[in-house]
Amino acid sequence: MKPAPFRYADPGSLDEALEVLAEEGAKVLAGGQSLLPLLSMRLAAPATLVDINRVPGLDSIEVTGDGVTVGALVRHNSLLHDDAAARSQPLLTRATANVAHPAVRNRGTTVGSIAHADPSGEMTAVLALTDGSVTVAGAAGSEVVGWRDLFVGPLETSIAGPAVVTSAFFPALPPRSGTAFQEVARRKGDYAVCGAGVVVTLDAGRRVASVRASYVSVGLTPEVHDLTEAVAGSPVEKADWAAAGALARTLVDPDTDIHASAHYRRLLVGVLTERTLAEAAAEAAARATRE
Amino acid sequence: MTGVDTERTIAVTVNGVPREATVPVRRLLSDALRHDLGLTGTHVGCEHGVCGACTVIVDGDPVRSCLMLAVQVDGSSVRTVEGLARDDHQGGQVLHPVQEAFRECHALQCGFCTPGFLMTIAAGLESRDNAQEISEEEVDELVGGNLCRCTGYANIKKAVRHAATAMKDDA
Repeated sequence: MKPAPFRYADPGSLDEALEVLAEEGAKVLAGGQSLLPLLSMRLAAPATLVDINRVPGLDSIEVTGDGVTVGALVRHNSLLHDDAAARSQPLLTRATANVAHPAVRNRGTTVGSIAHADPSGEMTAVLALTDGSVTVAGAAGSEVVGWRDLFVGPLETSIAGPAVVTSAFFPALPPRSGTAFQEVARRKGDYAVCGAGVVVTLDAGRRVASVRASYVSVGLTPEVHDLTEAVAGSPVEKADWAAAGALARTLVDPDTDIHASAHYRRLLVGVLTERTLAEAAAEAAARATRE
Repeated sequence: MTGVDTERTIAVTVNGVPREATVPVRRLLSDALRHDLGLTGTHVGCEHGVCGACTVIVDGDPVRSCLMLAVQVDGSSVRTVEGLARDDHQGGQVLHPVQEAFRECHALQCGFCTPGFLMTIAAGLESRDNAQEISEEEVDELVGGNLCRCTGYANIKKAVRHAATAMKDDA
């Protein structure tokens, strides 16, 4: 099908964008890789599309000692190939590699997929797992919104009124830590049936100090699960990652849909947790040795 | 105050030729190419970004033309399957190495998905250093975003390797 009729503006500044967004039924268009399918399937019919692609200053990736700030117009493919971002927070590259296909990653934006708040999105899970936040520009100025206050439900955020999410901030990976991200999908690049991102942090004696995980296509909004108790204090080489996987299975609350039952998703959570933790632990151990 | 429109006139370079069209703002790029510019080589399959049949190259990058609005390519440069073959300066055309490889390797049957595969693969191979032999992983990544229901992909992957070799020799 074709999109229902709408009005279109492509303002050249953030202020102008906010002005048009104040109209009833106006919606931001960035990469469009989630919004345009919704329009074509007539699941959404905004009165006005405000295309922010001509707004200057939103297309940069800034890396500091604190972490990575990704502007609203940074395409998935740019983030995927940003070495400085990958060094600061390796989850960004690892997760982005699982976002759709190259032709979609060339247009789709990282910040847009977070604002879209799809529970099957990779970057929403990464924002949660890294304890990240977004910056939201509104009529009254900019404010920083942490991930816990951002996600309200599937495809729903707490952002109200005329506003543009101008950037997302992903804190840097702490010392002696490792990450991993894996998905099970029907075909590579499809929405994941289940995905898992993990961060393992060791103490100075190379024992497991902290284990956290976040899942894709599991639950209605991104959540972070603390799995530390299953393996706390174990020397990294001897940690029982299967036990952490078993704990994860008891913590998640997946849904059944046409592609997988809740039971099957729960099993995948266990398997993917065990696999990603082993991978992340090896990386944490290697980093601990280097650091 | 910025203009809020229901119709716009866009100027876009398509396959090296400057074109102009007046389109409703809701016109998808895929439909603008086919209906407004008469370039029906770009095929429309699923119309929600899954099948890849409508893939074209915008300012050097392959994108789904069903997931862009025509008004968004105002001022841009677009390559479609019609622009792949080159003029042979003798009144005919020479196929692009990827097209030649598809013919050689029997990488198409019904041909519906073919324009999307050709544009995705051409963009991928033109932007890589073909002096390096292409890996199986790269081949999978190149064809993984496009659906073909006839060939089973084996011959398409063969054509990618064939074209990569041909483009190395050309360079």
